[in-house]
Amino acid sequence: MKTLRKADVVIVGGGWTGLLMAKELGARTALSVVVLERGVPRSTDKYADDMDELDYAIRLRMMQDAAQETVTLRHDARGRAVPLRRYASFLPGSGVGGAGEHWNGQCPRNLPDFFELYSRTKEKYGVNRLPEDHAVQDWGITYDELEPYYTRTERLLGLSGKAGNLRGQKVEGGNPFEGWRSEEYPTPPTKLPYFSALFRDGAKSLGYHPYPVPAATLSQAYTNPDGISRPPCVYCGYCERFGCMIGAKAQPTSVLLPVIEKKKNVTIRKGAWVRRLVHDAAGSESRVRGVTYVDATGNEIFQPAEIVFLASWTLNNTRLLLLSGIGEPYNPGAGKGTLGRNLTHQVSFAAATAFFAKPLNRFMGSGASGMLLSDFDGDNFDHSQLSFLRGGLLEARNTGAHPIGEFGEVPHRVGSRWGSTWKKAGIEYFDRVGRIVVSGEHLAYKGNYMDLDPTYKDRCGDALLRLTLNWRENERRMAELLTEKTVEIARAMGATEVNTFPGLRNYDSRRYQSTHVQGGTILGTSPESSVVNTYGQHWQAANLFVLGGSLFPTGGGANPTPTILAMTYRTADAVAERYVKRPGPLA
Amino acid sequence: MRRRRFLTISCTTLGGVLVYSLDRKVSLLSANEKNKDKSLRIPLRFFDEGEALLAAAAASRIFPSDVSGPGAKEAGVVIYIDRQLAGPYGSDRYRYTQGPFEDAPAEFGYQGKATPREIYREGLKGLTGFDQLNAEEQDATLERIEASVFFSLLRQHTIEGMFCDPMHGGNADMVGWQLIGYPGPRLNNYDEIEKYYGQAFRPKPAGLREVSGHSVGASEDEK
Ligand SMILES: Cc1cc2nc3c(=O)[nH]c(=O)nc-3n(C[C@H](O)[C@H](O)[C@H](O)COP(=O)(O)OP(=O)(O)OC[C@H]3O[C@@H](n4cnc5c(N)ncnc54)[C@H](O)[C@@H]3O)c2cc1C
Ligand code: SF4
Repeated sequence: MKTLRKADVVIVGGGWTGLLMAKELGARTALSVVVLERGVPRSTDKYADDMDELDYAIRLRMMQDAAQETVTLRHDARGRAVPLRRYASFLPGSGVGGAGEHWNGQCPRNLPDFFELYSRTKEKYGVNRLPEDHAVQDWGITYDELEPYYTRTERLLGLSGKAGNLRGQKVEGGNPFEGWRSEEYPTPPTKLPYFSALFRDGAKSLGYHPYPVPAATLSQAYTNPDGISRPPCVYCGYCERFGCMIGAKAQPTSVLLPVIEKKKNVTIRKGAWVRRLVHDAAGSESRVRGVTYVDATGNEIFQPAEIVFLASWTLNNTRLLLLSGIGEPYNPGAGKGTLGRNLTHQVSFAAATAFFAKPLNRFMGSGASGMLLSDFDGDNFDHSQLSFLRGGLLEARNTGAHPIGEFGEVPHRVGSRWGSTWKKAGIEYFDRVGRIVVSGEHLAYKGNYMDLDPTYKDRCGDALLRLTLNWRENERRMAELLTEKTVEIARAMGATEVNTFPGLRNYDSRRYQSTHVQGGTILGTSPESSVVNTYGQHWQAANLFVLGGSLFPTGGGANPTPTILAMTYRTADAVAERYVKRPGPLA
Repeated sequence: MRRRRFLTISCTTLGGVLVYSLDRKVSLLSANEKNKDKSLRIPLRFFDEGEALLAAAAASRIFPSDVSGPGAKEAGVVIYIDRQLAGPYGSDRYRYTQGPFEDAPAEFGYQGKATPREIYREGLKGLTGFDQLNAEEQDATLERIEASVFFSLLRQHTIEGMFCDPMHGGNADMVGWQLIGYPGPRLNNYDEIEKYYGQAFRPKPAGLREVSGHSVGASEDEK
């Protein structure tokens, strides 16, 4: 194995979190920073060629290749896990920019009480209302502490939206349920697809409070505090699963890479597939010495470093720690260990598929152009008489309908799935159907977790990550009520027919839900119940930091990336301002 | 090297109906008189001619050519499928294919060992003579295999071949896109998105190679 010269900082993964950390440390410190990214180089100006539904949205050209690395899944600890032979229910990214290149850019903040889910629930409803096998705990950091970092994130991305709560003042047209924000969004809301306008009017007629999606797809030209200028979105409809060719969508190659490329102290090494973190003997005072990786030509390389950041997204953050033997693997039976606990996947489903008499021109839109509604999110509605806790956002977006994925969605009464009748209905409804999607909170449970699979291996022969994951009654009941409410809105929008969500049964790996999978290396206030402190710093190794959704102790209804980036900023501040001067535990 | 194989299609069948539909208004144009006696010889990459005829016949029942417009035949769905099977998708280059292969409930996704190529080879054997049957008999045959992996692939690939970018060999002349009023990739909808509330906006379709002005690599051609 070849050993390279020591770097001050190694960052594993060059996606949203890894590149944000690289930019911050590159700009604010003199540290030498090496980013190791397993995938290919990417750049915004190459994306004009990706407007092909088949190769990108269906064959998933930008995502992690499952032949090289996937995960296994089982519904409970007694079951035998099988590999997800293709990714479908979530889509891990690969290549410079990670999933941030082909994300949608829908960017709400989490609700304030989400960060204190355990204590707020206990206070309001009593602990007995939490499901028996729950693993819910507070974050150890509050919304108020995170607010400035949310604001910085929003400026970085140039988010387009409308505030609903400015320093405690309710503002008409925004989300009245949101936590206070210190300033208005950097840019006004995006243009609105017709379907979303129908939703706005329908929801208002029922007395609800729809508001424009906070969008990383710019409504107007914007220059961020780093001096990065981006043009307005042109609603081409090729955001989700594609990169934006004009960089109107905030993606790491459009907002971070141009800054990083000017910094001589930062290097991004592509094709570097990290396999292990190397550390001194386990125990309470362990220290990480660097990482080993396989380069594009298959050579094993050791990259020593003073500080290591894990930024390889939820699943690999957890898996690399398990493979490296850092921390005690969670064992739900024995009630021991913390590494791998609290796996959640946002409860996301099309509650109402609504058919209309008029055409919707669905090919026009952006990944985040549309309306949201938070009346049924979190604890925004009273749960004292309900049989479940929490809720979710209702979303009416038009992200750009592509014909392979969308053709053939017809009213249930049509009955057939092929042949003349189905074809005729498919043609008739292709542009007359819209989906209202629910994105709901997923509580953490003792029985939903990650560990190493005993059987299946990746391309290097390393054990795959095993997900033990299924829905519980809380999610099923929540889905039922939210479906009912959504269908009422669809009718108020003037839908002539509605296909309703059949209900959550077992976790279904074939249906795309979201790439909002969280947990595994959760943050907290004590090493007994968490893997890292609220800065993402590992309890057992002060020079190891973990970034991203793997820190979330519970799964939110809001899309996670604004929170993920806000926390990354907070860690960057703590490292640049405190840790560099006095290495050691930050909390 | 294996002998080159061709699918021979007469223009009377391929171009028999040319349909142009804008927002549900379907007009049937007659076939080009000049071409009516000619036949096309299309080189095949994976199927032999017999297999291609069976796959084409089955795709035509899934997405028929009928009063509501052209179907799998006009779009060249079989050409699309042939290319996909010959390419990396057909050999499962990007699927996790390490064993053991275990049975699991449907929610865990396809767990079989067989590649799309193998599934088609096997599946088409079971359809011997299918192209000689009348439409009702063909439908009855397909109904019998509706629950099979082969049928679900065939159905999915028929939709893909109807509506993919024409650079993939299907959606010939963009008949699929015209049928549903899809314009293909468009670089800019800024002025239109809020202008056509409730009315159909149907720009003339164009494929990616036309829009981008150069040749774009398709996954099925990857070496
Ligand atoms: C289709 C889609 C739509 C989405 N839409 C939204 C949305 O609207 N709003 C929202 O908030 N979020 C959205 N997301 C989620 C969002 O993309 C992620 O939350 C975000 O990218 C997470 O940042 P990250 O840095 O943790 O991971 P990523 O950005 O995915 O980066 C991780 C990087 O680590 C690399 N890596 C992994 N393992 C290794 C290894 N062993 N060695 C070296 N490198 C490695 C990967 O290749 C990848 O580049 C979406 C995701 C997808 C896929
Ligand atoms: S819809 Fe807008 S943000 Fe999305 S890819 Fe097109 S131009 Fe970029």
